[in-house]
Order: sequence, then C-alpha cells, then structure tokens
Amino acid sequence: MAGSILGNRVLRKEDPKFLTTGGVYVDDLRDEPLLVGAVHATFVRSTVAHANITSIDVSEALTMPGVVAIYTAQDLGLQPVEASFNPMAKRTLLASGKVRYVGEPLAIVLTELANQGEDAAERVIVDYDALEILIDVEQAMTSSTLIYEEVGSNVVFESTAIGMPDNTGDALFADCEVVVKGRFVNQRVAPCPLEVRGAAAAWDNGRLVQWLSTQHAQGARDAILKVNALEAGQVRVITPDVGGGFGAKIDAYPEDLLLGRIAKQVGKPVRWTETRSESMVALGHGRGQIQYITIGGTRTGKVTAYQLHALQDSGAWVDIGAILAPYMTRPMASGVYDIPVIEVRTTSVATNTTPMVAYRGAGRPEATAAIERAMDLFALKLGKDPAEVRRINLIPKFLEPFTTSIGQTYDVGDFEGALDKVLEASNYAQLRKDQAARRASGNTKQLGIGISVYVEITAGNSKGEFGKVEILPNGRAIVYTGTSPHGQGHVTAWSMLASDETGIAMDMIDVVWGDTDLVPTGGGTMGSRSLQQGGAAVHQASKELVEQARKHAARLLEANEDDVVFDKFTAAFHVAGTPAVAKTWADISSALATDGGLVQESNFVSNGATFPFGAHVSVVEVDTETGKVTLIRHVACDDAGRVINPLILDGQIHGGIGQGAAQALLEEVRYDTDGNPITSNFADYAFISAAELPSFEVIHMETPTPRNPLGAKGIGESGTIGSTPAVQSAVIDALTHLGVRHIDMPATPERVWSAIQSAN
Amino acid sequence: MIPAAFDYKRASSAAEAISLVGQYGDEAKFLAGGHSLIPLMKLRLAQPAMLIDIGRIKDLSYIKDGGDFIAIGALTRHMDVEKSALVLKEVPLLAHAAGYVGDAQVRHRGTIGGSLAHADSASDLPATTLALGATYVVQGPKGERLMAAADFYKGFLESALQPDEMLTEIRVPKMNGAKWGFEKFNRRAQDWAIVGVAAWRSKDASGVALVNMGSTPILATSVSAALKSGASVADAAQLASNEAEPQDDLNASSEYRVHLAKVLVRRALEKASA
Ligand SMILES: Cc1cc2nc3c(=O)[nH]c(=O)nc-3n(C[C@H](O)[C@H](O)[C@H](O)COP(=O)(O)OP(=O)(O)OC[C@H]3O[C@@H](n4cnc5c(N)ncnc54)[C@H](O)[C@@H]3O)c2cc1C
Repeated sequence: MAGSILGNRVLRKEDPKFLTTGGVYVDDLRDEPLLVGAVHATFVRSTVAHANITSIDVSEALTMPGVVAIYTAQDLGLQPVEASFNPMAKRTLLASGKVRYVGEPLAIVLTELANQGEDAAERVIVDYDALEILIDVEQAMTSSTLIYEEVGSNVVFESTAIGMPDNTGDALFADCEVVVKGRFVNQRVAPCPLEVRGAAAAWDNGRLVQWLSTQHAQGARDAILKVNALEAGQVRVITPDVGGGFGAKIDAYPEDLLLGRIAKQVGKPVRWTETRSESMVALGHGRGQIQYITIGGTRTGKVTAYQLHALQDSGAWVDIGAILAPYMTRPMASGVYDIPVIEVRTTSVATNTTPMVAYRGAGRPEATAAIERAMDLFALKLGKDPAEVRRINLIPKFLEPFTTSIGQTYDVGDFEGALDKVLEASNYAQLRKDQAARRASGNTKQLGIGISVYVEITAGNSKGEFGKVEILPNGRAIVYTGTSPHGQGHVTAWSMLASDETGIAMDMIDVVWGDTDLVPTGGGTMGSRSLQQGGAAVHQASKELVEQARKHAARLLEANEDDVVFDKFTAAFHVAGTPAVAKTWADISSALATDGGLVQESNFVSNGATFPFGAHVSVVEVDTETGKVTLIRHVACDDAGRVINPLILDGQIHGGIGQGAAQALLEEVRYDTDGNPITSNFADYAFISAAELPSFEVIHMETPTPRNPLGAKGIGESGTIGSTPAVQSAVIDALTHLGVRHIDMPATPERVWSAIQSAN
Repeated sequence: MIPAAFDYKRASSAAEAISLVGQYGDEAKFLAGGHSLIPLMKLRLAQPAMLIDIGRIKDLSYIKDGGDFIAIGALTRHMDVEKSALVLKEVPLLAHAAGYVGDAQVRHRGTIGGSLAHADSASDLPATTLALGATYVVQGPKGERLMAAADFYKGFLESALQPDEMLTEIRVPKMNGAKWGFEKFNRRAQDWAIVGVAAWRSKDASGVALVNMGSTPILATSVSAALKSGASVADAAQLASNEAEPQDDLNASSEYRVHLAKVLVRRALEKASA
C-alpha cells in the first residue's frame, strides 16, 4: 500500500528495553508499594506419582527459620472443584486424599525470605500409600486402577460421547486398491517459556490485586473471582512483562488461584516464583497423542479414505489439553487434502503425569503430523514421489469457502501454490538427484528430504475482541487492547495499525494491556488470534476515532461536517481546500478535556475462523553409522494472509520452525516406570539452541482472508505446524532405501540407529 | 533449585586453601569455576556446609613450557587452554578438546583443575589428559605429590584426592607432532558427550581414551596394543570397548554406546593416521 506504514519491516519498539534494561517481570516488582513486606510462597509438591495421602506433618517445618505459616488443603478448607471438561473429575487445588502426579502441589509454605522456603518445604513430611502408577496411555486405558474414581474410567473425554461419530473400522477401506496402516507417537513436550510462572497478591481496601505472568489477565481475573467467591470488581489482575507462554500460561493454575486467599489469611502480601525444576513438572505440557491411522486409495495415488484414532494423554487433570483432540485435531484431520471419506475418533485418557494444556499449535500440529506421515507412507507404498502424491490429493485453489468431508469449512487456500513455491526454492529436483548420488555411492551421510503441506485453524472463537484508542491533550495516543503480548511484538504492530489510520507518529503511541482495571474485557493472546482479532479491533477503533474527531473538528472550525477532511500526513483536520487552518489531535483532545476526552472504543467480531496454510521442505543429513541427524536446510512458505510487519512475521516463523524442529529431533518429556520425571532440567530436557539449526529460508505468500478487514490470519503457530512433520519426514526419507518406514519423534540418534539396524 | 545454606571463605593461595579445608574437614569443598559444583548444590545433590573459594588464586592460572611437558595451573579456564598458542602448538589435542567443553560461557568460568578433580567420566578433559598420559600435581598438608592420570580416577565422581588435597598443576607431555583425533558425540552443541574419544598416534605409540563409557574415563589399552602389533585402524577400533563398562541412561543404552565407541574410535584414529 503506497503511503502506508503497513507491510513494512518496522523495527520493534519494545526491543530497546528488552535488550538493554530488560523487561519487568512479576519477580522484578521490587518497588511496588502494595507488595512491601510480602512473604514468599513455596509449594510442597508430591514426590510420588500416584498414592493415597495418609498424613501430612508440618510440625518440624514450622520450626524452620523464617517460616510464617504453612497451609494444606485441610487448613484452608478447600473443596473439590470440577474439571471444566469432565465434571466427574474433581480435585482440590492443593492435593487432598490422593496425589496424581509428581509435582502436584500439596501445601504452601510461607517464609519471610524466598530462599528459606525450600529448606522448610523439605521438612514437610508426607506419608503415602502407594497406588499403581499409570504413565502410559494405553496401560491407563486398560487398568482397573482409576485416577478419578468418580469418573469410572481413566478415559476422561471421548469424542463419541459428545455425539461425534465412531470409526467404522477396516470396512471403510473395502474399495481401496492400496491400504497402509501406522501407529505414530506425537510425544509429550514441555513448553519451556524462559520466564517461569510467577505471581504476587495483595489486598487493597478489600480488593485483591494480583500480578500474574499470564497470556490472559481477564480470564485469570474471572477464575480468581470464582475461587474466592468474590463479587465482580473485587479483583484486579495486572500483567507485567511476560517472558513467553506458548499456550501454557493461558489458564490460571492452582498456585495462581490460591495466592490471594493466602494473602488474606496471613494478612500480608504474598509473592511466588517457581524454579525451573518446578516449572518443568508443574507448568502444563503439550502434545502427547498416540495416533492409529489407516489410509487407502488407488494405485495411481488418489487417497479415497482416511481414518484416525487419536489417544490423547490428558495427564492427571482434564485441562484444555484433553479436549484439543476432538475440537482441534479432528476437524483438521484431512489437512490440505480432498479426501472423500474421513473418520476420526479421539479418546482422552488420564495418566499420572503433568496435566496437558494447549501448546503452540494445540491439536493442529498433531493433525498435520498424522496426515503428513500417512501421506508419506502411502506414497512409499506406491513407490511414488511424496510431492507428486500430495499434489494429486491437494484441494485445488479456492477463494470461496471450501468444506472438507469431516465438515470443516476453510476460508481461502492455495495449497498447491505454496507447495510449488517451496519445491522451487529448495530446488527439489536437484535435491532428489543429490540424494540418489549419495545412495549410489553408499555414503555414510545420507540425505533426506521431507515435505509437509498444512492448513490450520486460527481465531475460531467469535466472541469478539476489545480495542480502544484514546488521544491525550498533548496529542499522544494510547491504544488499549484485550490481547496480551508476551513476546509477539504487539506494541509495534498495534502502533502501526493506529498510526496508519490516525497519522500519529509511532513514537507518540503507547499500548496498554493486561490490567483488568484499564482493559476490563479481552480474550488474551493465544491460538494465533491477536492480530486478526485484537489488531482488527484497534484498526476499527482507530477508523471510528477519525470519524468521531472529524465531527469535533468541524465544530471547532465552525464548518459543515461534510466539508471537513482528515489529512493523514499532517495528522490534522481542515476544511477541504484550506489546509492552513487545521485542528490537530491535540487541539481536539484539549477541547474535549472536560467533556470526557477523545476516546473511541470498539468490539471487533470476525465472521469466522481463518485458515493459515503453507508448505515446508526440510533437508537433513543422517549419519547412518551413528544415527545422528543434522538439519541442514529448512525452506518454509507460510501464508498468513495480509502481512502487517514482515519482520515480526519472520520472527514468528523462525521461532515456530525452531520449536517444531525441536519436537521432531530433540525434545521429549520422559518418566521412569515409577512416574518420576527424568527430564526436568535443561541438561536432560533437550531444548533446542541456535547451533542445531540452519539459517531458515522463508518465502512469503499472501492470500488475504475475507474474515476481517485486515485480511490477516494467524502466524504464531504455523511454523511449528509445518516444520515438525517436514523434519521428521526428512529423517525417514534419508533411510527409506534401507527399508526404514517410520521413526517416532524425537528422532534421537539411538532411535535412528535402531531403526536402521532393524530394517537391515 | 535453591542450594542448602552454606558458609563461604575465599583463599588467596593454595596453602591457605589447604589449611582452611583442613580446618573444616569433610564439610568443606573447594569452589573453582563452580560449573559442576553449583549445579549439584542447586539440585541439593551436594550440600557442603563450607565453600572454600579458590577461584581467585592468581598464581594457579598459567600455561608454561616445562621442557618435555606443558604445565597448566589448575585454575586455568577452559577458554585459556583452548586459545593458548603454546597448547595449540605442543598439545593440540588438549586445546581442541577444551574448545568442546560446554559453551563459551562455561569455558570462560570452568577450570581444568575443577574438571579433573570433579572426576566426571562424561567430561571431556579427564579422558583427554588420560589419553595424553598427563601427570597431575597434588598439594596437601604434607606437601606435594605427583600422580599419573591413569591412577587418579577411582569411580563415579571419585578421584584419588584426599579431602584436604588440592590439584595444583597438570603436566601434559608434548605431542611432538603426533597426529590426533577427537570425536565428541552429543545431541546438542553444548551437551556433554554421549560418547567421546580422544586419540593420538605416533610412529610407534598411541593413546586412546573414552568419555562416558563407564564410571571413570577409560583408557582403551586394547586398541593401542592392537595398533602396536600391526592391526588396521578398523580392526583395532573393534576393541574400543574392551576396557569399558558402559551404562544405560537417558540418552543411550549401553549397547548403543558400545557401537558408538567403535565407530568414534575408528574415526578418531583415521584422523590420527591421515
Ligand atoms: C551448561 C554446562 C555445560 C557443560 N558442558 C561440559 C562439557 O560438555 N564437557 C565437560 O567436560 N564439562 C562440561 N561442563 C562442566 C565444566 O567443564 C566445569 O567447568 C568443570 O567440570 C568443573 O570445573 P569448575 O572449575 O567449574 O569446578 P567446580 O564446579 O568449582 O568444582 C568441581 C569439583 O571439583 C573440586 N575442585 C575444583 N577445583 C579443584 C582443585 N583445584 N583441586 C581439588 N578439587 C577441586 C570442587 O570442590 C568440586 O567438588 C559443563 C558445565 C555446564 C554448567
């Protein structure tokens, strides 16, 4: 757009602070007057995975230095709360009766100093009566030991029970010439935000003020109100800078919810920051599906039927992670392909592990991984090129809504366009030749090429989003948003959107979020929704503000409203033809100073979800003697509709690819057979670093969506969704000539080596 | 993640450190770069009541030419070993191995003495100095003693050092132009080795040591013996794990470790024979 700031690589306004003095996170709030004299909370956590609690003895701990108080569920009179997604599953916010995973909070120790907490917590003696430990989903499904007795089964959520049709079994494939089956593990991973969880709570004249590291302050406020049985208005949640969330900080946790209550009990403000070791076991995990797939079709490569049964590990609670399989994996099951018959059943199972939550992509990466692996297996069975088989089955380009056979309607798509772009940019034909040459020479470093084509769903929630723009008498603008940045760059993007409509310079615009007194309604930042809903609300409010201001300007200019025009370049209003006599934003705001000021609120409601799509090509080298995989190239084309800031877009894609490649190659949360986590620090949990990644090759493609005025779709999760199957597929592709057909993620050296051994 | 309470004293000389440690006995531990000890303390796997900080003893950080050997002060940081022109020239295998320890931040803090004294078989420098036939200088209340690297490692995180003894110097024989190979097999750049190999070879001798193939660093004497009696590199490498007793852990089964050791010893020796 000529003359518009939108679409430009505008440097992020927030970065100078983050790169110099640093963000101000919850734990940095040292000067906050309400937190003076705060005591520190440390949670005593279960050290066993599944057991009845026979006693909790705090007497010795109470004598430790600095201890102010210790509370158990019993002390606080905590009542069981129902899981949102299965009311029969009930737990108290601090475990009582039984513990269900290692890391579950059992008691709160309050100490004068933060470092006294761990010493005291160590001396809380909990006696347990051991129960059978269920770590494996399939074991939990068949065991007679129940994690929630009242549920009557360890299956806590089942798609058939909510009216989704069951799978019909092999009958579905009776007419297929070729049928392939697979069992894939989409392993459990840890979100690992760099800032762990933290909160602080203080009572101020009968009102609870809580600072919280969250993706959604308004949601946390409502949850805190409910737990404490408070009236609307009695809780204020404030979000300081947040160092990442990846979905795991969407909902408030028991620790967050109890803090205000504890502060009231001791009559002092309370602070809490978890350690990394705690975070690895008590912040929710993501993924965790076992997928049984069957794919069938013709010998020429047309897929005619696809079936998926996803067993979702719910962890020890029925949190959002348990229901993503039916609501996110299922509708996206056939991905970019036009498959006439699809059946999907999902079964969510409680286990004695950390509860599962939404994690970057949340159900869609699992759908993409399953269908993309299935496509590869199908192509391999036919002896055809995986790119070609994909092309045969792609939904052709559509600019009007398209409904798949599972019933999901996509907005716009050009999947083949994206595939063509990555094949060309990666020089796919040449890569295949290089691969053939290495195979022929028997080189120990074999080349693997992985392809994925994906479509995902973003901003499905249509409740709307809040945006407000206020102009101060000095001409500065304040943008209020119901979304909640924690690394994404909203300050820059929202300033661009407001600047584009109002003509106010970027550095004259501030952005406010995450304080429920200043922004009472908002949906937070999750599911790649922010720009297309929150940004659209800011865009809409800015537009409406200009209209409102034009009317005021006409009054001030004593002119007819219809004659007054707005000049974006001077950011002033004047009568058409006489620009010398103009009213600036400051003029108008000043004139309204005693009259409510110059403010415009807006609630943006989109007309449906959007469906970002793209294609990735990944190239790996596999050392066939050791099994070691090196990612050497990654080419990504992600279409997020209209791009507001390509720099921020690239950042989201880069991070997404990194995290996706990490799932394919490195990361996995593991437990020993006793349910003890064995990957609960960054030495054991193989969080990826720059050294393991190549420079990414990013290709832009823009197919605007009609579902919001910006034409924007989500980009926060695409990189993760597209990259994981491409990288995984590349590893297997390097070894297919040796007879390898599948390797589960992460493709660790030993797994790859073992796959080669057993194929030989 | 928060260590148990401890006291702290800073020593300004080796003698002072040894006398302090004598004073506090079993409760005391030396603190050098802290990059092995402090993580253990944070996980409360180590809970020393007293830390004697030796990190600022200036005269124990040096690299000198000792004639037949290079003498390295125990408090020399990995980064200084890696970049030292003298080490690069006379014991290039050690400089190279030091460059593979952790990441740059770790190499700026961690010390060679700390790495050897910690006696972690998964660390790179114990095996590397073992392969090179280094001698360690140990100072105690009764004076100094010399110990061959081969006699130093006793078990998992266990060395021949007495609690009141301090490692002060590492003497590494000059390689005199012998060729060498170093293989570190890990998942991420900054990780410890799943298996590692330090090897050198001259006309009539060789030294091969293995990282993370047992509770101590392992000298692969069968490999060297085979080479001496004329075996090919490929055949000798098949004996790589003869002296080893590899463990299963998060990253590898013992069976896979044995396989890796053979491949990596062969690769290291191929470089050392090129
Ligand atoms: C993230 C990370 C990654 C790492 N990766 C690697 C790696 O890839 N390879 C590798 O080899 N190492 C690795 N390390 C360990 C690193 O090399 C340490 O620096 C080293 O092992 C210990 O040296 P230090 O000076 O830090 O010792 P400290 O931690 O201070 O001490 C370690 C132990 O040795 C004792 N000690 C220290 N100095 C002496 C002395 N002079 N005499 C007697 N006793 C002494 C201490 O009392 C303590 O018990 C890593 C460390 C970290 C934190």
